[in-house]
Amino acid sequence: MAAAPASPWRESWRSFAANRGALAALGVFALIALAALLAPWLAPHDPVLQYRDHMLAPPMWADGGSRAFPLGTDELGRDMLSRLLWGGRISLGLGLASVLLSMLPGVLLGLVAAFHQHALAPVIMRVMDVMLALPSLLLAICVITVLGPGLANTAIAIAIGALPGFTRLARAAALAEIGRDYVTASRLAGAGTGRLMFAAVLPNCMAPLIVNASLSFSSAILSAAGLGFLGLGVQAPLAEWGTMLATARDYMERAGWVVTLPGLAILVSVLAVNLIGDGLRDALDPKLKRAA
Amino acid sequence: MSAGTALVDIRGLTVDFGSLRAVDGVDLRLEAGERLGIVGESGSGKSVTMLALMQLVGAPGVVRADKLEFLGRDLLELSARERRAVIGRDMAMVFQDALSALNPSYTVGAQIAEVLREHLGLRGAAARARVLELLELVEIPDAKRRADAYPHQLSGGMNQRVMIAMAIACSPRLLIADEPTTALDVTIQAQIMALLLRLSTEQGMGLVMITHDLAVVAELTQRVAVMYAGQLVEEGAVPALFDAPRHPYTEALLAAIPEHNRGAARLQALPGIVPGAHDRPAGCLLAPRCAYAVERCRAERPPLAAGVRCFLPRGEPKP
Repeated sequence: MAAAPASPWRESWRSFAANRGALAALGVFALIALAALLAPWLAPHDPVLQYRDHMLAPPMWADGGSRAFPLGTDELGRDMLSRLLWGGRISLGLGLASVLLSMLPGVLLGLVAAFHQHALAPVIMRVMDVMLALPSLLLAICVITVLGPGLANTAIAIAIGALPGFTRLARAAALAEIGRDYVTASRLAGAGTGRLMFAAVLPNCMAPLIVNASLSFSSAILSAAGLGFLGLGVQAPLAEWGTMLATARDYMERAGWVVTLPGLAILVSVLAVNLIGDGLRDALDPKLKRAA
Repeated sequence: MSAGTALVDIRGLTVDFGSLRAVDGVDLRLEAGERLGIVGESGSGKSVTMLALMQLVGAPGVVRADKLEFLGRDLLELSARERRAVIGRDMAMVFQDALSALNPSYTVGAQIAEVLREHLGLRGAAARARVLELLELVEIPDAKRRADAYPHQLSGGMNQRVMIAMAIACSPRLLIADEPTTALDVTIQAQIMALLLRLSTEQGMGLVMITHDLAVVAELTQRVAVMYAGQLVEEGAVPALFDAPRHPYTEALLAAIPEHNRGAARLQALPGIVPGAHDRPAGCLLAPRCAYAVERCRAERPPLAAGVRCFLPRGEPKP
């Protein structure tokens, strides 16, 4: 087609790309994600293999470092680079899984609450209020206490903590849309509740949800790291950035790299995701877009 | 459908929102292909009456009626599924603000195609062809390109045309237009009205025009119903009612048209506002604002008699 009008998503991408910081962050994050994805091929060693002769070996640029262990080894002689790469898979995967696990039911509950304001909304929203009243880390600890530690349970625990945010956001966005004429129009045209929810209203509520998803992705990585640090998250010998920090904290003074490197990995990826989230918010905010 | 069946037959329609009675015992009858104007100021219940007919009054609104028939079927007795099938295909609505009445997330072509798919089972190339045909029918130039545009990329007049194209997509028996031209500028208004008139006569489609613009009613409709505070106060054929209004409210509405006030220092206006939920007078609802009100008007509520709800109708009905 000669001059097909740009779709809203393409317009949003254009205004996202105009934000240099967000674009750079997207690049950095893509690099981290790619490295994590390709860990089996990139990692020089097995992440759980212990080289007992090379415990706490320094990185290759420091005195006594060797090329065999580019970023040094940890207290059990495991290669730091390999552990960071494999840990990225778990940390990022955990973030992604918990965002999906909280976003999908959260959006569903929010839409249901918005469409059944008299019957179901009070029940759903009061339960969400109760969940919001508990500190999210405490809630996650409670859930793990019940379910037991482990990778999947960590994701579930973090997801439960993020659920109220998604529910409230989806409900608020849907309520703003429900009052508009196009919803009435499609109801008149014979659309049932399910169709109204998912085909008519949901696409118009996506902008705030996408932004919230990106921001809660970073907080999920932090929560996972926090739970790992407390020993409740991912269990040894699996490499996860928070767990790596936790087990290495005794060696902080003797071998700075065992704490610094996983910390840096968390810092850089969370910062990148937050910058992406900010860029998305600017690009998708209807008020800013209308003004342009 | 038998010959005696009206397109729309409403008897004693009442809509309550809590303590507020938005529509109060309205009777309306519309024959197939007839064009009716419903006139009244804001809050007079004209839009709610039509929403009730379309079964779109949701909680906390309560709809009651002795009879609410469309094409001879009582809408109050249909199941939700049957109602959606009947109303979606044979009844359509054009809204005041077309931009907000179109879904911002889809192209206008996709939105029209959705209606075609749901009610007529048209898909793919057949649906696409019909979409372009409809867009051309509502006089949208360059329909091929416009079908792929999003609502925010089109002008208000274009969006209103798209809205009309979507409304007539299934060749409805009844088209309800809720102030379809209010948001448009004057030249576009005239085009949209001419379009509605043409479509209604060509397709034998009943048209209900909800408006506060009497000029629109005069041009477009055959009959007009004047509503005030949820009640029907006067009903009559179009030229007669304009020449000799019998209800003081109709008279006041006509007197407030700027053209009738040419040369006068001030526009004539009806003082006061429509009574709310808690200040409804015991007698005639217009009595506090009526220049002709007498004691009886304040004490007793007049019935709708011979097309007018007034104890002291103005002038005499035309023979």
